Amino acid sequence: MVDMNVEIGGVRLANPVMPASGTFADGLDKAVDFERLGAMVIKTITRELRVGNALPRVCETPEGMLNSIGIPSKGMPYFHEETLPTYTRYSTPLVVSISAPTVDGFASLADEVSLPGVAAIEANISCPNLEEDGKAFANEAASAERATAAIRRRTSLPLWVKLSPNVTDIAEIARAVEAAGADALVVANTFLAMAVDIESQRPRLGSVTGGLSGPAIRPIVLRMTWQCARAVDVPIIGCGGIATAEDAIEYMLAGASAVQVGTVTFVHPTAMISVLEGIESYCLRRGYERVTDLVGALSVEEADETDMEWVDPLR
Amino acid sequence: MKSPDPGAEPHHATAYSIAAAEFDCEVIENEAVNAEYMHIVATADPLATSVAAGQFFHMLCPKDGPNGPFFRRPMSVYKADPKAGTVAFLYKVTGSGTRALATLAPGDRLDLFGPLGVGFALEPDWRRIVVVGRGVGLATLAPLAELAAANGMGVTAVLSARSPAVMISGERFRAVGADVIEVTDAGGTSGPARLERVLRGLIADGMADAFFTCGSNRLLLLLQRLGREFGIPGQVALEQQMACGLGMCFCCVREFRVDGGVAHRRVCWDGPVFDLQEAISW
Ligand SMILES: Cc1cc2nc3c(=O)[nH]c(=O)nc-3n(C[C@H](O)[C@H](O)[C@H](O)COP(=O)(O)OP(=O)(O)OC[C@H]3O[C@@H](n4cnc5c(N)ncnc54)[C@H](O)[C@@H]3O)c2cc1C
Ligand SMILES: Cc1cc2nc3c(=O)[nH]c(=O)nc-3n(C[C@H](O)[C@H](O)[C@H](O)COP(=O)(O)O)c2cc1C
Ligand code: FES
Repeated sequence: MVDMNVEIGGVRLANPVMPASGTFADGLDKAVDFERLGAMVIKTITRELRVGNALPRVCETPEGMLNSIGIPSKGMPYFHEETLPTYTRYSTPLVVSISAPTVDGFASLADEVSLPGVAAIEANISCPNLEEDGKAFANEAASAERATAAIRRRTSLPLWVKLSPNVTDIAEIARAVEAAGADALVVANTFLAMAVDIESQRPRLGSVTGGLSGPAIRPIVLRMTWQCARAVDVPIIGCGGIATAEDAIEYMLAGASAVQVGTVTFVHPTAMISVLEGIESYCLRRGYERVTDLVGALSVEEADETDMEWVDPLR
Repeated sequence: MKSPDPGAEPHHATAYSIAAAEFDCEVIENEAVNAEYMHIVATADPLATSVAAGQFFHMLCPKDGPNGPFFRRPMSVYKADPKAGTVAFLYKVTGSGTRALATLAPGDRLDLFGPLGVGFALEPDWRRIVVVGRGVGLATLAPLAELAAANGMGVTAVLSARSPAVMISGERFRAVGADVIEVTDAGGTSGPARLERVLRGLIADGMADAFFTCGSNRLLLLLQRLGREFGIPGQVALEQQMACGLGMCFCCVREFRVDGGVAHRRVCWDGPVFDLQEAISW
């Protein structure tokens, strides 16, 4: 038996595998037993009523997809009356992802969702900051820090902050968010991207640009996970292109304490379960008693810095 | 709740199998039925063959290259045979996914996820129904005709196609005792005015307690108009691009007319079968 328990910023999880926000909903219970998941991370909610973006909202790309779903939101009454009871039926910890256009909006929404049955808040700060220049909070250390600090003051729940990969130096943002009181970091959201249909000569997404996700992004987000793990002490949840147990183990060796599986669930609905089972059998095969022994176990022989400079402009 | 209302509750909450699973099936047959359509049959276990008329499977098409299909492709079930342990689909080769699907040979594997979605619902007091379909939409309507016949309902099937050579399923409908009316563009019989006369005739003869349709915007509009005029209920099976097929990603939302407002619903989860009058043509 492998001890699969992990502790992520104040939340004890029975195992390190959970869904990524926006790629999970109650419908998946047709194929997956939610009691087996480490946590349930639900689609980002906002206070505003929103219908979401123009169609088409998704398109395929090599080993991945673009989405511009937006955050269709049915508002807070729906969250209290429908969403929450749907998930509190399970004993698996519920993580509520929130987003807001202002720092105060983040803070008050965090306060409002700090309810019995909610195990942690995941702050999705990859959304435009309408009070400043409209750039995502996650894009700059200062605004990421302000949003995190404001949420921190209004909730005593464990706070996970989800970073954006659309930045030059993700470790800098990670440090700022940690300093502002985040209990864990999720690395990362989607990459801003686009695709064109050369026959119609139109963008493939109704909103022209969207977020790239899926196996195509895995090596980049893995690198970011590693950089963040070296920069901060709080646990990191790796998220980007994980399809198999091998992928998840890669992330854990690079420093992730847990993983989120997103896009691949659309293709293989039971992917989270096979990831979970595969991590356990890897631990058995390699003689690990605890899954936490994998975290950061990567052995690196430091390369000669000057030799590597040309491949590594970001470090 | 009115607009915005992304994903209101489905209009008819019929209970379908609460489970869905990913099946590793064996292809038994994959052949062209005419110049445009292919018929694929695969082995299936009892959960898969419990699929109801109008429900669909999400199919993993083989990779046809580095850019090869990443998403699954939704296909409504054409025939489920619990005794033989098979499910069959009728499909049109339109793009990369269906092109790759067409390369499968007997003995190859096919990954199916399902059964998914809300299918057709028959009211017990309907005696005679009219199904009107075009092109590959007829594949979706064939199991409905079978279900209606099994429930003792009379079925009139108006089948529309570009030409007799690409007309499908006539036999399937006749086999369940349906009255089949075939109309084609080539024969000049499928035009809206002509179809409307045919349908008005069926209504006058008391053959239309309900309408069912799939596959054509024009047919949807016509049936909505006649349905409103004569107070005839109906259902339509809609198509929309899908990623997850399980109501999780919200890429398949469409607008519906509900209680004087506009509601947003997920085709994969609240449908693909919807109330005829609530659907908004595309
Ligand atoms: C519920 C449902 C049932 C269906 N049943 C059948 C059936 O029985 N027989 C049949 O031939 N076709 C059916 N379709 C349509 C079928 O899913 C598309 O023809 C198929 O996805 C095309 O994929 P492609 O890769 O060949 O085309 P491409 O054009 O290369 O596909 C590109 C993308 O667009 C999507 N797409 C393209 N056309 C459609 C469409 N009409 N509907 C939904 N998504 C589309 C694809 O899934 C893919 O994501 C059904 C669609 C739905 C939603
Ligand atoms: C359709 C879709 C919707 C998403 N919605 C959200 C969301 O609401 N909030 C959020 O924080 N991330 C959202 N994401 C991003 C994922 O949670 C995840 O960070 C990203 O997809 C990378 O992981 P993956 O490659 O495993 O999918 C969404 C992703 C997809 C594909
Ligand atoms: S395909 Fe994902 S919600 Fe319908």
